[in-house]
Amino acid sequence: MTHTDFHLGGVHCKNRVFVASGTFGYGDECMDLVDVARLGGIMTKSLSLKPRDGNPPPRVVETPGGMLNSIGLANIGVHRFIAEKLPILRSIDTTIVANIAASSVDEYCAVLDLLEEAGGVHAYEINVSCPNVKEGGLNFGTDCSMTAGITRRLRTRTTKPLIIKLTPNVAQISTFARAVQDEGADAVSVINTLIGMAIDVRTRKPLLSTVTGGLSGPAIKPVALAKVYETARAVRIPVIGIGGIMCATDAIEFFLAGATAVQVGTANFIDPATGVKVADGIATWCDEHGIDDVAKLVGALDARIGVSVLESWL
Amino acid sequence: MLHLHSRVLSLRPVAPNVLVLSLHCPELSVTVAAGQFVNILVHDGIETLLRRPFSVYRTEGDSIEILFQRLGKGTALLAKAKEGQVLDLLGPLGHGFHLDEPSYETAVLIGGGLGVAPLPMATEGLHRANKNIVTLLGARTAELIIDGHLQNVSVATDDGTRGFHGTVVDLAAQVWDARDMPSPRIFACGPTPMLRALAAWALSRNIACEVSLEGQMACGIGICQGCPVEIVGQERKYALMCTDGPVFNSRDIII
Repeated sequence: MTHTDFHLGGVHCKNRVFVASGTFGYGDECMDLVDVARLGGIMTKSLSLKPRDGNPPPRVVETPGGMLNSIGLANIGVHRFIAEKLPILRSIDTTIVANIAASSVDEYCAVLDLLEEAGGVHAYEINVSCPNVKEGGLNFGTDCSMTAGITRRLRTRTTKPLIIKLTPNVAQISTFARAVQDEGADAVSVINTLIGMAIDVRTRKPLLSTVTGGLSGPAIKPVALAKVYETARAVRIPVIGIGGIMCATDAIEFFLAGATAVQVGTANFIDPATGVKVADGIATWCDEHGIDDVAKLVGALDARIGVSVLESWL
Repeated sequence: MLHLHSRVLSLRPVAPNVLVLSLHCPELSVTVAAGQFVNILVHDGIETLLRRPFSVYRTEGDSIEILFQRLGKGTALLAKAKEGQVLDLLGPLGHGFHLDEPSYETAVLIGGGLGVAPLPMATEGLHRANKNIVTLLGARTAELIIDGHLQNVSVATDDGTRGFHGTVVDLAAQVWDARDMPSPRIFACGPTPMLRALAAWALSRNIACEVSLEGQMACGIGICQGCPVEIVGQERKYALMCTDGPVFNSRDIII
């Protein structure tokens, strides 16, 4: 049997597959369809201090191999999350990672403090990189000193793992990863969505109410892999790979590129059990290939020589 | 909510570019309610990545039927489904019409175009609830009127090729003036502009009106937050079409 478990900043996780923030609700919506306890962990929908209505429709549009979204961080707010969702999540035997979004450094701190006080959350993922809200969000994530500053402030308020979710919409993502590592972050999530756009030529209108939105899905996997590869070579802390993972071999590509763990996102919209299937598939793949610990795949890319892809391409 | 793999029993045309897909689906055929929908994976490739939502048209024994029009990429693929092929679907999803409400006697079913889809199931439910039924159908032209499995049907066409020459909302106004409608409640489905006009008219006449909306969604089960519907008189600004709807009281929303 392959060892699939690992430690993320001191927290034991049963496997290396998480569900990405914003693609699995608050964790309790899909319990009919998915045995959520078989996930490595759940990144909750981004939580802000007050409830957020989100953006007007249309908020989603399909694009080749992917989708654009402009949800605008619609969420019930941290108080309702603590009252209504946390009691359910506490009963699930998996790692609960609260994702926090905010429009000021003080708001990040306030949300984290409330969650610390409530208990039941194992780690925090900080969304400094939502592309769909005007104030805060991406403005923080594209400013390296701001991103580092948020990490510094939050680091003093919790001993739990602090994961910073980075945006690819910057010149060099590894600079940001190094900056948050230096401020004490335990891990980075790479990548959030890429800014994208789609247009209806007949009406000449954008297909999202906010004109641009965040691109996700298989279309972004090659970009995500390259960003994970770049980041993993630049930092000592774990890199959690995200971007277009649909199946176990997609996840294994991320491990080879340097990811310690992965998140399944858009695929949950098509099949909410994708995360569990990917986790099972990784274990099976490792068994079949004589790998006794998934850790042995992390960063195990053989970049020295090219390989022929003729067979799989034909 | 179930994740199902259902075999295609048949796919038959009922009007130009309009087809009825029959699926072997005993898991849903008994439990699905009028106005609920299923979210079908139309292709497992990446060109059409997301599922497509469809109202359930009819149920019969172990099968469910989907009425759809070939419009875009998703329905073009669904129109190629072969007998015996297995389709991946999630359902039953959303909340249907409130047919059992004791507050009314006459159900007025109004369908615009393919909005007729949930009405045969509603008709069955209304029979069980012992309600009077009046059905009004509108379409661009006569050949797009799909009036099977309905009761007491009047028709409006935009081009006047069948029935009333005009919109189904204009037809509703005419019918209301001409007939006795004891304690009515409207159940409607159709294109958004039609529902908008109907809701405004129903409000002006103080008639209870439920509308079934359609729109883009990524998941259909409430996790993507991608299908907001603006609501009135509540703390939150938006409901979700997929889990709070697709049927809404027309007074509760801004169409």
